[in-house]
Amino acid sequence: MRTNLNFIFNGEEQNISEVAPHTTVLRWLRESQHAVGSKEGCAEGDCGACTVVLAEIRDDSLHFSAINACIALLAGLDGKALITVENLSSSADTAHPIQQSLAENHASQCGFCTPGMVMSMLAHVHSDKPPSARDTLAGNLCRCTGYSPLLEALEKVDVAAARAHSGFSHQQLLQQLKVLKLDDDLQLQSEQGRYLSPGSAASLGAMLNDQPDAQIIAGGTDVGLWITKQDRRFDTVIALNRVRDLCFVREHRGWLEIGAAATYSNAQQALHNRHPTLGTLVRRIGSTQIRNTGTVVGNIANGSPIGDMPPALIALGATLEIASEQGSREIRLQDYFLEYGRQDIKAGEYLRAVRIPPLSSSNRFGCYKITKRFEQDISAVSAGFWVDISPEGKVINVRACYGGMAATPKRAAAVEDALMGKAWHPDNVRAAVSHMAKDFRPLSDWRASAEYRMQVAKNLLLKFSLESQGETLTLYHSGAES
Amino acid sequence: MSEQKLREVGRSHPHDSGLAHARGTAAYIDDLPEPRGTLQVYIAQSPHAHATLRSLELGPVRRAAGVVAVLAAADIPGTNDCSPVMGDDPIFAARKVLYHGQSLFAVAADTIDQARAAANRAIASWEVHDAILDIDAALAADSYVLDERVLARGDTTTALASAQHTLSGLLRIGGQDHFYLEGHVALATPGENGDLHVISSTQHPTEVQHNVARALGLADHQVTVEVRRMGGAFGGKETQGALFAVVAAMVSQKTGRAAKVRLDRDDDMRMTGKRHDFRIDYRVGFNQKGEIQALEVQHATRCGMSADVSAAIADRAMFHADNSYYLPNISIRSKRCLTHTVSNTAFRGFGGPQGMLGMEQIIQHIATELGLDPLAVRRSNLYGASPRDRTPYDMQVTDFVADQLLDDLELSANYQQRRQEVAAFNAENSLLKRGLAMTPVKFGISFTATHMNQAGALLHIYTDGSIMLNHGGTEMGQGLYTKVAQIVAEVLGVELNLIKITATRTDKVPNTSATAASSGSDMNGMAAHNAARTLRDRLAQLFAQKHQADPGDVVFSDGKVRVGSAEQSFDTLVKDAYLARVSLSSTGFYSTPDIHYDPVSMCGRPFYYFAYGVALSTVSIDTLTGEYRVDSIDVLHDVGKSLNPAIDKGQVMGALIQGMGWLTTEELWWDSSGQLRTHAPSTYKIPTVGDVPDHFEVQLWERGENTENTIHRSKAVGEPPLMLAISVLQALQDAVMAADDHRTAVLLDTPATPERILMALTALQSKNP
Repeated sequence: MRTNLNFIFNGEEQNISEVAPHTTVLRWLRESQHAVGSKEGCAEGDCGACTVVLAEIRDDSLHFSAINACIALLAGLDGKALITVENLSSSADTAHPIQQSLAENHASQCGFCTPGMVMSMLAHVHSDKPPSARDTLAGNLCRCTGYSPLLEALEKVDVAAARAHSGFSHQQLLQQLKVLKLDDDLQLQSEQGRYLSPGSAASLGAMLNDQPDAQIIAGGTDVGLWITKQDRRFDTVIALNRVRDLCFVREHRGWLEIGAAATYSNAQQALHNRHPTLGTLVRRIGSTQIRNTGTVVGNIANGSPIGDMPPALIALGATLEIASEQGSREIRLQDYFLEYGRQDIKAGEYLRAVRIPPLSSSNRFGCYKITKRFEQDISAVSAGFWVDISPEGKVINVRACYGGMAATPKRAAAVEDALMGKAWHPDNVRAAVSHMAKDFRPLSDWRASAEYRMQVAKNLLLKFSLESQGETLTLYHSGAES
Repeated sequence: MSEQKLREVGRSHPHDSGLAHARGTAAYIDDLPEPRGTLQVYIAQSPHAHATLRSLELGPVRRAAGVVAVLAAADIPGTNDCSPVMGDDPIFAARKVLYHGQSLFAVAADTIDQARAAANRAIASWEVHDAILDIDAALAADSYVLDERVLARGDTTTALASAQHTLSGLLRIGGQDHFYLEGHVALATPGENGDLHVISSTQHPTEVQHNVARALGLADHQVTVEVRRMGGAFGGKETQGALFAVVAAMVSQKTGRAAKVRLDRDDDMRMTGKRHDFRIDYRVGFNQKGEIQALEVQHATRCGMSADVSAAIADRAMFHADNSYYLPNISIRSKRCLTHTVSNTAFRGFGGPQGMLGMEQIIQHIATELGLDPLAVRRSNLYGASPRDRTPYDMQVTDFVADQLLDDLELSANYQQRRQEVAAFNAENSLLKRGLAMTPVKFGISFTATHMNQAGALLHIYTDGSIMLNHGGTEMGQGLYTKVAQIVAEVLGVELNLIKITATRTDKVPNTSATAASSGSDMNGMAAHNAARTLRDRLAQLFAQKHQADPGDVVFSDGKVRVGSAEQSFDTLVKDAYLARVSLSSTGFYSTPDIHYDPVSMCGRPFYYFAYGVALSTVSIDTLTGEYRVDSIDVLHDVGKSLNPAIDKGQVMGALIQGMGWLTTEELWWDSSGQLRTHAPSTYKIPTVGDVPDHFEVQLWERGENTENTIHRSKAVGEPPLMLAISVLQALQDAVMAADDHRTAVLLDTPATPERILMALTALQSKNP
């Protein structure tokens, strides 16, 4: 078991023995390295001022991804290279083409968000299949510019020049990363706690067996906030992000299987292929930075009643594989959520994968997310709808699952009952949703009132029924499509 | 002196720190190297909105690991106040707390984690009282922080009684958090003999200086306040920085060590004031054309637990209750409510947006009632020739151009065609609806407190010809430093890079006003211009003497000085001046002329001039969910003769999107105990890049020229364009009303979240099933 953290920063290998499990990348940068170009704007992964880029080897070449340094744990950098805004030029005289483009296009005013913008753009230019400019910057808040000059600056970057210009040698970085051991078990011990990072599912099972009370962390986009916002500390953290055999997104007999270490970014295309509205949903989860670290299974594991994935996956009839050293069991995803804050998982167990069954030609599916702001917002209400329709147009089976309407993601049983056997027609849906009050008594909070939640929950099912029959009711076009 | 072609002014120079921003080398206060032994300070806050402190046991805090000092009300050497005007903002609550999040005591420790952990060990005992949390509760309880004001002209009662049509309504306008990306921060360092140096994220270094001196029992000259740049401010750092600077300074004075206060996002949003929310009640009388004959309007605004600068904000709301329209009979009543919530403060527009929005909503109401295009109703009411050129506060509007801007944008943005397209779309679609609106802005420029309209600058030329520029304005991203440097470069005929722009400091330029009210470049630009003119005149005098010419004929340009056939480089002339014992340092001063204002009658000329703009927005809404999308925004804005078109355009775009956030997605939500629950970007939603419409066209009005003698005939630009966003709200309303064929007026409370839109649609349905 290795006991030192190894990663590359500023082209140099870091070999750190004393790492507290709760030390974030941003605090390490600013406080230990005095690298103050990356800023803290929110300490919750929502503003992007702290954006840094990670480089790692995928398919024998360098892969760059933007992440939020404020909620990323330093220990999670093992085996990767950390690139910050200070690291984009080899000399003080030459700015990076992205930096020049921002300056020339008047894309900074106060400048506080700018380094984060630069880093999101850096990941963008290094991507072989970059998302749209708007997707690239959706996780970077700017309060001054109104964004237009930023979009213009990104558009005007000479991508070839930007790829070539660097404060580090790509070849050297590739060599350095290859040398770092990538699949061993890692244990970082410090006075403030222990960080365990198994390299395989077998090690994970064994570690959890020994440490059943350990805090499991996958992407850390939720746990990171417990640290920065609630000052929570953990004796032992077990990280999933290096468990190679849990990082999979694959098709198996028509089922889509997503492993516990697979990020949203890993799964986005496969989910989009399964159904376009799933792709759109994933695109609206967090931001590029969040999707690069957050995991699909983690979004289930935390048991949140407003997680974005569960309603859609429950509607699709997904199952969950729960594993431990002793073996594994499979349950329906909808049965995982017992009550608020309580899930069907025991100490020593972990969620291994979620499995999504195929859609047949008689199925209709759609998922929706209602927020105040289109981008990067937590749902007031989310919904997943699946219906199986007979050749005569009657409802054979239906699953209408909602988030934000109850203490857990929950199906609207009374509404579903009212639809069974009826013709799949908006009029019948209108009648059926009148039963929704039997299913839900939502809360009022800062995201929405109970009245709105109820009204929009009803209307979403109606919207689905219309869209499943060919109506196009989407407001979002260019740049917003997956 | 003959009119010269401008070389530096009017050019789109990049922001002076643009490249440093992008390289991460532009230092904000938290980025600066900390002096040895710097203490980190955490400010503990009230857990109640309204309560009396029975006891506060700080012993366990003092004994916690790493703690060096703990300071509470009893430890303040001077006055327990950090307010801008009224003396009603305690540094630390002594006995009563008046809002959730109010400062109780400060803990200084070696690390911020230690300070936070220690603060949690305090043992407080409270007697909790009922709290007044919103405007309606304050009105019901007659709870006011300031006296009511009334501004009236004509006989509104009679005119209302005789009007052909009357309408009344109630509007609720939400507040807004500034959400500058850099939270409040201050770093204090002790000097000799009790002196203090404080680097503070403040738009008003002089006020911070005064507050620190008063709280610490020092003379003003013992305290130097400095700020090089802020990571955004928007008014949120006009008065609000004082508390944090004072606390850092107190710790520093007490311990002899440097001390830093830096708020994280949640503390910043809980502890600092926001844009005022308003309730506007109105009754309007008008004729068949929609011409307003009488308007009776009441503003009730939530000031929070203290006055802060609410008097001036509420006044400015009254001064903008007309927007661009002549109101022959008008009565504006303003109630300034005291609530047990954080004291609301300056925010870009400073009351103007709320007052103006009230007026624009009334126009929309009238237009719907009469079945007219709101643009036609707007035109019927615009300011015009005498007597239609007098504002309710009896100022003559002599520079009115909103009518021309409306005409120009109507053509260039194809308003009529777009209206037809929207109508055609709505005729074909039952579930998606579109809407559009074109609204004007007229915004008064000057501080309404006349004495604040003054500025100073300090200019040195060194013997190598390089120049150091300093002035009282602060840089918060708006490009002020760049513009002022351009102005100086123009006067001295040198390249911009010869001028070193330096941090704003109270020991360089004293007794400054806040960089606020959009006045930064108007006033500091003119002060720096005057300083540069003084130095240029001295140099011209010397040069003219040498060549027996008239100093008035000497020309400074391209780094050269010329008269007749004589020519000399600027730097060698500077050297000559030094040898000839000519002073190469000068101050400059400016006070805005011609403004006057009687605070009792509220009449006079509070503004030197007006800035104008118009915007056309189109939107789509989903009538099943209330979700919406802004499809396009077209803007024509008058910045006079622009000092820097790129910077001005940036201000227009940024302000508009910020205003759009205020009116759409940015919702502040307090729970029933008075706790703000939207205190971070996870819960408080400012616009993202995805909210910017695909079509976003901003033009500076080419014919723009300030009729007043401002610096190079430019106009202020910081605040006015924020109010262009009213067009977005009105387009949303237009789309909602389309669901009911515009039979019913819909005036949305703001922010117009998807929830508000769906609820408005639901109300329409139940009205017309």
